Amino acid sequence: MQSYSAFSLFRQALGGHAGWQRQWRSPQPRTEYDVVIVGAGGHGLATAYYLAKEHGITNVAVLEKGWLGGGNTGRNTTIIRSNYLFDESAALYEHALKLWEGLSQDLNYNVMYSPRGVLMLAHNTHDVQSFKRHVHANRLNGIDNEWLNAEECKAFCPPLNVGGAMRYPILGGALQRRGGTARHDAVAWGYARAADARGVDIIENCEVTGIRRTVNGAVEGVETSRGFIRARKVGVVAAGHTSVVLGMAGVRLPLESYPLQALVSEPVKPAFPCVVMSNTIHAYISQSDKGEMVIGAGTDAYTSYSQRGALHIANHTLDAICELVPMFRRLRMLRNWGGIVDVTPDRSPIIARTPVPGLYVNCGWGTGGFKATPGSGNVFAWTIARDEPHRINAPFTIERFRDGILIDESAAAAVAH
Amino acid sequence: MLLIPCPHCGPRAELEFSYGGEAHIARPVDPASIDDDSWVTFLYERSNPRGVHAERWRHLHGCGRFFNVLRDTVSDTIAASYPAGQPRPALSPDGKGTKR
Repeated sequence: MQSYSAFSLFRQALGGHAGWQRQWRSPQPRTEYDVVIVGAGGHGLATAYYLAKEHGITNVAVLEKGWLGGGNTGRNTTIIRSNYLFDESAALYEHALKLWEGLSQDLNYNVMYSPRGVLMLAHNTHDVQSFKRHVHANRLNGIDNEWLNAEECKAFCPPLNVGGAMRYPILGGALQRRGGTARHDAVAWGYARAADARGVDIIENCEVTGIRRTVNGAVEGVETSRGFIRARKVGVVAAGHTSVVLGMAGVRLPLESYPLQALVSEPVKPAFPCVVMSNTIHAYISQSDKGEMVIGAGTDAYTSYSQRGALHIANHTLDAICELVPMFRRLRMLRNWGGIVDVTPDRSPIIARTPVPGLYVNCGWGTGGFKATPGSGNVFAWTIARDEPHRINAPFTIERFRDGILIDESAAAAVAH
Repeated sequence: MLLIPCPHCGPRAELEFSYGGEAHIARPVDPASIDDDSWVTFLYERSNPRGVHAERWRHLHGCGRFFNVLRDTVSDTIAASYPAGQPRPALSPDGKGTKR
C-alpha cells in the first residue's frame, strides 16, 4: 500500500501527480474464501478490515451488488455521537467513537473526523427531563454529555433562534463535545484501501442471488451474478436489503425497510459551527466542509425499497430548520435523495449469529448506523472470527425479541423514528 | 406522496391516511397456548418483501376505516385496494391490477 503523508504528497507533486496508485484492486472473484462479506458499505468493509487486522483472516471477499459505498454509507448525514441512554447501546456506540478518534491514523487515510460537538435541542418539559436523564446516564458510563441552558446553546451555536417567537422554543440542549461528523465516502474508501492492502478482495458489481447450504444446514457458499463462491462463513451486512438476503437462507428477521431522506443546500461560507439535532420537531443539520448545509429528514410511513422519499417528509424538516435557524429561510436546496434503512422493533441493531451455522448478520441500524461504522465492523469481525459475540455486541442478538430483553432505544431516544 | 385508493372513498392523498404495517397477520386464536417463538413470529417478524406487499392503511382523515393495499415496494405502484377482512386478491399477470 502506498503510504499517504505530507512527504508523499510533496514527492508526488514533484512528479506531476502521475505516480499515485489505485487505492484498491478490482480482482476477479476466486472460487473459495474463508469468509464472504455481503455488502461493501462502511460496516462491511470495516468488518473485512478488522477480520484481517485483528484476527489474521485475510482470505476474505467483500461482495457488492453496486459500487463501493453507494448505499447508505454514501447517503447519510455523517453524524457521529455516542450519547445513548442504555448501557448496552452506550458501550457499543462509545466503542465506535473511541475508534473514530484514531481512525485516520489507523487507516492512513483522512476520514475527516471532526469533533465539532453534537447539540440535541430540548423544546418542552419532557425533552428537558429526558435529556438530563441522558446526561446523567452517559456520565455514569464515562461518556461526555452536558446540559446547556438556552443562553448557553445560543453561545455555542449563534445561528439558533433562541428567545424568538417559536411554536416550540429552545429550552436548552444536551451537548456531546466529542460528537461531530466525518467524511462518509472517505470512511468507505479508507477501509477499502486498508482491507485491500491486507489481502481482502473487494468485488463490485457482484450481486448475491442465493445462499447455498449443505445437507446438515450449514452455509456452503453464495450464488452470485458472477458465479458460485464457496465460503466457510458468510457475514451479511446488507442494510435495507438484509431481509431479502437472509430470506435466501430461509431466515426471517424482525426488520422492516423504510426510505430515509437527506438533502443538502447550495454551498455557502462557514456559517454553522456544530451539529444540531432536534428530535421533537425533527431536524438534523450540520455544514459540510464543502459548505453545503447537510439536512436529515425523516422516514416515510410505509416500507419501501425505492430509495426516494415523499416531498412532504423533506418539507416537514425544512419547516423545522427555518424556525430553528431563521437565516436559512432563503437558502436553496441543491439535492435530495433517499436510502433504505432496516429498522428493528426496538431501534437497536442486530449483530449476531443466525440460526444457520456459518451465517452471521449485522443489520437493523435503522436511521443511525453511520456513527457506529468502526465499532460495528470491529465487533462483527470478532463474532465471525470466533463464532461467538464480543462482550459489547453480546446483547444485540436476534433472540432478544424472543426472550423479551429489548434494548429499547426507540422510546429512549425520543425520536420520531 | 402516494395517491391511495380508499375502497370506500376513492383516491386520496397519502396525508389523509395512517399506515398500519403488514396486513393479514392474525393474532393467535389461543394466545396462552403458544410458545415464545410463535409470539416472535406474530409480534416482530415481517415479510418485508422487495416486491408486492400487502399492507394496512387507515383513512384517518376520511372515513376512518382500515383497509388493505397491495403495493410494489420497488416502484411504490399500488396494484389493488380492498376492504379489511377480505382475502388478498391475486394479481393479474402484468402486476398492474387484480384478476377479475
